[in-house]
Amino acid sequence: MTDLFIEWIIKILVIFGILLTAVAYLSYMERKVMGWIQLRKGPNRVGPGGLLQPLADGLKFMFKEDIIPLQANRLLFALAPMLFLVPAVMTFIVIPYGSEVTLFGRTIALHVTRFDVGLLYVLALASLGVYGIALAGWSSNNKYSLIGALRSSAQMISYELALGLSIVGVLIQSGSLDLVKIVEAQGGWHGLKWNVFLVQPFGFIIFFISALAETNRVPFDLPEAEAELVAGYHTEYSSMKMGMFLMAEEFNVITSSSVAATLFFGGWMGPGVGTYPWLSIVYFLAKVFILVFVFVWIRFTLPRFRYDQLMTLGWKFLLPAAILNVIFTATVMMLFPGLR
Amino acid sequence: MDSAGTVDYIPIILVFLVGVGVASAMLAMPLLLARKRASKVKLEPYECGVEPVGTARERQSVKFYLVAMVFLLFDIEAVFLIPWAVVFPNVLHDPAYSSFRYVLYGEMMLFLVVLFIGLVYVWRQGILNWTR
Repeated sequence: MTDLFIEWIIKILVIFGILLTAVAYLSYMERKVMGWIQLRKGPNRVGPGGLLQPLADGLKFMFKEDIIPLQANRLLFALAPMLFLVPAVMTFIVIPYGSEVTLFGRTIALHVTRFDVGLLYVLALASLGVYGIALAGWSSNNKYSLIGALRSSAQMISYELALGLSIVGVLIQSGSLDLVKIVEAQGGWHGLKWNVFLVQPFGFIIFFISALAETNRVPFDLPEAEAELVAGYHTEYSSMKMGMFLMAEEFNVITSSSVAATLFFGGWMGPGVGTYPWLSIVYFLAKVFILVFVFVWIRFTLPRFRYDQLMTLGWKFLLPAAILNVIFTATVMMLFPGLR
Repeated sequence: MDSAGTVDYIPIILVFLVGVGVASAMLAMPLLLARKRASKVKLEPYECGVEPVGTARERQSVKFYLVAMVFLLFDIEAVFLIPWAVVFPNVLHDPAYSSFRYVLYGEMMLFLVVLFIGLVYVWRQGILNWTR
């Protein structure tokens, strides 16, 4: 039992370390890519090629003055960034990063833990993130924060429906909520068995659009729009609390990309993982990186939606599309049971 | 690692503690490092530089409440869909249940059709229309 415990702690700490670095460098990558898309270079002064920019940003956040407005609810004000950050981080214990590897004579499976309802756990944590935003807007005692928070919460819950229903399509194929089993069911056929190709191309599109809206990224970032609502739910935040909101948004991007890679792109599957299990980590990271790049790419390509366009898309297009996707998948599986 | 042991859920508590610990450390750092010079202007709620008009605790639009209610209904639908989706392929590929699969399929399709009609009703009522 003790060495199981030690294994968990080591895995959690390693994953945490990698994630925190990844989140910091995601902001760097975003600014660099933004620069290149806008025909200029991104940050390149701080450190070689601008690589120490996230460190400078982190230090800046820590040294800034932490202002709490006068009539704000202090406890909720401090709690809200944590409520937004912690569920985003907790998702990572069920995502499988690779197949089993042998290290120091033990066979270690590359996921922190595995339980039968892994996917349900991920969905539940995504729902918990809404609390952080709603409380941030409410506790700031600022009209614009409150309106921004209400809009953002309404947006997030609307797209959560389409998210959940697009996952149902994957579940009908896999027959299990266990993420490890979903990945293993996508092996073989030289990559053609990934869920995005054969099974759920529409499921992936619905999932991706919903993930864009869930993480409040452009084109769905009206709740944080600068020109419209000052800064939406994080208007009154300063210093590290603001830093935590921004960090949590990047965390959500990485989480959504990891879940999409696991559900639709075969997780750690790729050529040669049978003989070289360490390759599975490389494949997983490559897939997540490509999906994160698509998130960033979309951000600097598309203009922002108006709020009613956003809600119309979520309720009148994505939700019926997701329901029809489920009906269609179930019907096809019913008619052609040999198509596993 | 075999699945479905109660012991497998313990890392949730572990990662929660690690996450809260890291977040608290990040919240505590500015207390040590940042300066504090409060002034009256800094403490006021921000309203683009003018004096704030009215409180922030006024009434908000009821559309948000309606959206939340409709979300709740469809979320319950998703709650029913997920266990069905997990059972469905296992029953389909099990020859011992060859007649039950039609019942399974038909019932859920009926449920989805009823909910789809519900969505159309909500749409026609205009709840989905005026959310600005």
